[in-house]
Amino acid sequence: MARRDSPEINAGSMADIAFLLLIFFLVTTTMDVDAGISRKLPEKQPENVDKPIVKERNVFEVIINRNDDLLIENEYYEVKDVKELAIAFIDNGGGKGNPIAAFNETDGTECSWCGGAKDPKSSDHPNKAVISLKTDRSTSYGMYIEVQNEIGAAYTFLRNRLAMDEYGVSYSDMVEEESRATSDPATMLKLTERIKIIKAKYPEIIAEISSN
Amino acid sequence: MSKFNKKKKGMAPINTASLPDIVFMLLFFFMVATTMRETTLLVKNKLPSATEIKKLEEKRLVMTIYVGAAVEDEGNKNGDKIQLNDKIAKVSDVRNFIYMSRKKVPEDEQSYMTTLIKGDQESSVGTINDIKKELREVNALKVTYATRPAAQ
Repeated sequence: MARRDSPEINAGSMADIAFLLLIFFLVTTTMDVDAGISRKLPEKQPENVDKPIVKERNVFEVIINRNDDLLIENEYYEVKDVKELAIAFIDNGGGKGNPIAAFNETDGTECSWCGGAKDPKSSDHPNKAVISLKTDRSTSYGMYIEVQNEIGAAYTFLRNRLAMDEYGVSYSDMVEEESRATSDPATMLKLTERIKIIKAKYPEIIAEISSN
Repeated sequence: MSKFNKKKKGMAPINTASLPDIVFMLLFFFMVATTMRETTLLVKNKLPSATEIKKLEEKRLVMTIYVGAAVEDEGNKNGDKIQLNDKIAKVSDVRNFIYMSRKKVPEDEQSYMTTLIKGDQESSVGTINDIKKELREVNALKVTYATRPAAQ
């Protein structure tokens, strides 16, 4: 039997269909990955809980008022000054800190990794240094985030410096490598351990107070 | 007018058989690299910029709360609005929203859930604090303030 020639299918409109789909996906989807400043909220406390006593020199008071003015330790400053002041405060190391559970410490020791001025009027130890951020209801969110960002930058700076001294890699790089999780399990475990140590040495302690 | 009637000769038609392939390739790229836009914004949402940012990789473990003035509110006269899913909601609805979002993920992953607060930079901290208070009530303590990367 003679084979019949099958008629050629016209594929000219294929491109049109594909374009239509392409445009549909371009319109309905987004490319951006959500990113932002991560914070952990304090747990809800019972009504009549004993308030922890914190020495005044261990508190770094940042106040933003309703006009977005910045008051740090009772003096006017600008947002760009926050980082430097916070670093000086956290890294001061003027006394003994709280015992660090991660290192099995029973007594508080002095901060051997701090490079601060050891001013007796400033903080004792990074794990005692509390940054108190007081805001008003009408403070703008943009300003609040800017200050939070600067405080975060201060901690990142200190952690980076410590990681650089101890392990020769910056803390940010270590965190990034951990999130990519491409190395073998043993290396990952070491990395997680190192990050934990750095975090224990410079814990992020931010207390937020909102006034009405 | 013979000029127009003249038949062109020797001009082979361009082969467009591979055009669909090219377009399909583009299509697949976009399908893989993007995510569906799941909500329409009802509030103004110009995010503040920051440098110390962390990316949120697991989309399904993120609960998003939008805060800002309503889109049709010229000059932000009526204050901040909170948007949950596809509608404007009250602060007291945040609890329910968190409970509902938690139901959608397996129990063992619920502790990894993060609340992403997408606040407009013009909105006030008071509104954000009200939300945070609600989040503390329902023990949703992991919070990320959405920002856009700062131009350095």
